[in-house]
Order: sequence, then structure tokens, then C-alpha cells
Amino acid sequence: MKISPFTVLLTLLALAFTLALGLAQDAAGWSQRGKSGNVLGMMFGDGRKLLANQFFTMADVYFHSGYYPSVFDNKAGQEDEPKAIVAATRGHEGHDHETGDKKCEKCEECGSFLGQPKDWIDAFGRNFKIAQHTHLEHGKEREMLPWLRLAADLDPQKIDTYTVGAFYLRNHLKHVNQAEAFLREGLRNNPDSCEILFELGRLYRESSHDLDRARNVWELGVRKFLARSPAEQKENRLVFEELVVNLGHLEDEAGNYGQAINWFHAAQKVSPNPAVLQKQIDEIQKKLAALLPVGPAKLY
Amino acid sequence: MNKIFALTGVVIKELYRRKDFYVLFVLTAVLTLAAGAVNFFHDEKIVRYVKDICLLLIWISSLVIAIVTTARQIPAEREARTIFPLLAKPVSRGQVIAGKFLGCWLATGMALVVFYFFFAVITGSKEQSWPVLTYFQAAWMQWLLLGIVIALVLLGSIYFAAPSSTSTISFVVVISILLVGSHLHVIALQQPEPMQTVLTFVYYIMPHLEWFYLSDFVVYDFGHVPLLKIIAATLYAAVWTGILLLLAWLGFRRKNLTT
Repeated sequence: MKISPFTVLLTLLALAFTLALGLAQDAAGWSQRGKSGNVLGMMFGDGRKLLANQFFTMADVYFHSGYYPSVFDNKAGQEDEPKAIVAATRGHEGHDHETGDKKCEKCEECGSFLGQPKDWIDAFGRNFKIAQHTHLEHGKEREMLPWLRLAADLDPQKIDTYTVGAFYLRNHLKHVNQAEAFLREGLRNNPDSCEILFELGRLYRESSHDLDRARNVWELGVRKFLARSPAEQKENRLVFEELVVNLGHLEDEAGNYGQAINWFHAAQKVSPNPAVLQKQIDEIQKKLAALLPVGPAKLY
Repeated sequence: MNKIFALTGVVIKELYRRKDFYVLFVLTAVLTLAAGAVNFFHDEKIVRYVKDICLLLIWISSLVIAIVTTARQIPAEREARTIFPLLAKPVSRGQVIAGKFLGCWLATGMALVVFYFFFAVITGSKEQSWPVLTYFQAAWMQWLLLGIVIALVLLGSIYFAAPSSTSTISFVVVISILLVGSHLHVIALQQPEPMQTVLTFVYYIMPHLEWFYLSDFVVYDFGHVPLLKIIAATLYAAVWTGILLLLAWLGFRRKNLTT
């Protein structure tokens, strides 16, 4: 029996079409990659998280203008330190360095990863690479932003990307609307993130001077924190402390002294330094006492 | 000297007749312009990532041009049997090596000028600043590095069987030196003997190509390297190029060209 090649082709096409119809339902569940919301997610799958970490590190490399330890350099003592760009958003620089183009005079004390030249080749080679610890300033922080944007696209669940990006957009570049949009994007991807809510509250309080919205966002942050498991709460005490201390200051500023004292009492339970908070409570209590109406007995 | 320049001219003509340079330049230009067109947070002043990407592409392109062009010079002459009429003329084997080296080096130098001109125009138009000295130092040091690389590839092309193997081995060696060259001593200290001694020996004996990578100074606007250091690096590159060319000549002098 002789079968025409066109018949074979048509039969195979029909078979492929039938199989595709039958398998389409099951195949959708075989891989999570196709469900990704963006092109990068589809291209890289879960590997994108590794790339996102790399891009986040690139932002830190740019922050230090290329002065950064490689995998071969001595990183002893630096392993547990947060990246400088993250530390800066929390109001400290991790270690005390000069900024700008001025060389850090304390690098040798605090353990610069380069250390002393190991030999003449190393010493001569340092003339051809950046060997000064500086941080970006005067608006040049914008140069980190492309890496943070890419990191956010590749790993939308990486919280630090949003908080760091928004911090520099708001504080150093004065792009408050862009910062808010970036944080809102982060919140859409991570609806339970107290860290993003905290940063959003800071934006409303410090940049928009909108105390009501700041209060609402921070209180939502506290509720989200309390909804976490005890293990997660223990791990993320810092953000809770930041939330309640800032709420305390906000209520103090708004004249709600009773509420401010409540927040500072809550902060004392997790703070490593409750004595400092007690001083603030005492000061607010003095203000509160001064406001209380004077009793009739004292008038006469 | 005229014979060397005649050979040099032939090599340069070969580069601009072939499509390698044009393809790589267009690719570099398209990728750089595409990267530059991306808008991050509506901030038009962001420029360093464009410089970073463009310089990376320039480095890759120039290495590809230098290695691929050089690797096929002598094997192609042997394969086409044009090496015999060439040597039948009063041209010594040393002059062939010198002419081929000079041709490849000048050709890559011209390619570098075009690449860096494009780089300066693109970044200058975004940044509104022209740190000419920094650009010149970066291009000069890269050209010196390419000189060492070309001499190394020329040496390899005499000993290895085919241009493909010469190119592959050269790429591996050059990229390894650029990536781990400055750290080899530290890596050596973590190894057991005899590997420790071997790696330490390699660290001291190898050409330190990583010194010639000045892209970070350009990308991060970190000023320029002191002139005396550049002069010292130039001397270092000249010595290494001389050593490799001498070894290439020694190998080529005794080479049986008929097999």
C-alpha cells in the first residue's frame, strides 16, 4: 500500500493538534516559569533571584565607586555587616567612613579588604585600580538606580531593593513621587511587608509631611508584624522597634501624649536599650502633666 | 624596515576588508544605544551603567579582533602556501613576525580609536563632560595590553595546530589573567604543596594584564593614573611584548613550513 507523503503529514499534524488539546491542561502545571508576570521571570525562572542578588550587589559596588571586595579578597569581619546602601537607609553607615572623593582615614583601623600590599606586584597594581573607600554623594547616588530597578524586576520579593531604592530616590534625589511609586510596587508584590510599610510611612512623614497617612501606614505595619509567627517576629524585631518608636514620635509631635507613651512602652519590650526610651517617656509625661487642668483644691 | 611596513600594510588592509570589525562595531553601537535609551525612574542623568556596558563591549570586541586576526596570520599563509613566495623574497622570518605583529597591533589600534570615539560621543552627549585624559589613558593602556596579547597569540599560532585552538587557548589565558591575575598569590597561599609553589611561581612569571584595565577609572569618574605609573606600565608592556615576539621568532626560525 502506498501512502502519499501529504497524507502522512496531515495525519501527523492532526495527531499533534489532538495531543496538544489533550495535554494543554496538564502541561500548564508542569512549570511555574510561564506563569511569571514579566519577561525576565519567564526567561530566567528561579535563577533570576541569583541575578537579582548580583544586581543588588552591583548597586553597592556603584555606591563605592568600584572599591569592592571580590570573592578572593579578605572579607573577615564583613560577612555579617549589611551592605552599606542598606545600612544608610537605617540611619547609619555600617562603619564610619568619609564620603565623597576623600580617602577614608580609618580604613586601616576598620580592616580595609585590601590591607597592606602583599608584594611589589600588588603594590604597583594598586595604581591601576580604585583603592580608595568613597561613597556616592551630591546626587550621584542616581547611578545605582538602574541596578536596583533590574533587581526589583528579577526578584520582586526582595524587600531591600524597594526600601533602598525609595530611600535614595526620596532623600538624595528628591524624587518623592518616584519613591512612592516604587514602594507601592513593592507593596503590591509583598503585601505583608512591614519594612516597605515603614519606609512608606517615613516618606509620608518626612517628605510629604502628611502625619495621618504616615500614622495609618505605620499602624498597618504594626498589625502586619503582629500577624507574623513568633519565630518571624523574633527575627524581625528591628523593624517593629522602628515602627513603634516612630509612631511614638509621631504621636508626641501630634500632641497625643497618651498614645505616644503607649508606643514607647511597646518599643521598650523589644529595644536593646530601654533606658533611652524611658527618658523619652518621662519627658512626654512631664508635657502631659503640664497640660492637665489644675484642680479646684489648688486654686483655693 | 620597509619590508616590515609592507607586511604591516597587508595585514591592515586585510582587517578593513574583512567584516569582523564592522559586525562588532555595529553590535557594540546597537547594544549601547539600546541600553542608553532605557529610562530608569524618569532620570535622564543616569549614565554610568551605559559607560560600563559600552566599555565591556569594547573590551570584548577588541580582544576578539586582536586574537582572531592574529591567530590566522601565519597558519593562513602556510595553508595558502603564500608563505613560500613571501620568504623567497629577501624577507627574513624575523621580519615576517615583526610585520605581522605590527600590522595586527596597528589595526586593533585603529579599531580602538573608532570604538573610543563612539564611546566619548555617546557618554559626552549624556554627561556633558569630556575627561579626555582619562579616556586617552584607558585607550592607551588597552592598546598596550592588546600588544602583549597579539604577541602571545602570534607565539601560539606557531606552536598550535590550528587558528581555532590558538584563539581558544589565548582567550582562556587572557581572560584568566584578567580575572584572577592579581589574586593568584592569595589563591596560592590556600593550596597545599607543590601547588602553592607552582601558583606562586606563575604569579611572579606571568604578564600582569590586569594592570592595563582602567575601565573603572572611566566608569566611576575617578580621575587618572599618575603619568609616571603609566610610563612604567608602558615599559612593562614593551618588555613582555619583546619577550613573546622573541620566543615567536625563535620558534618560527626553526619551523618546518612544509608539514
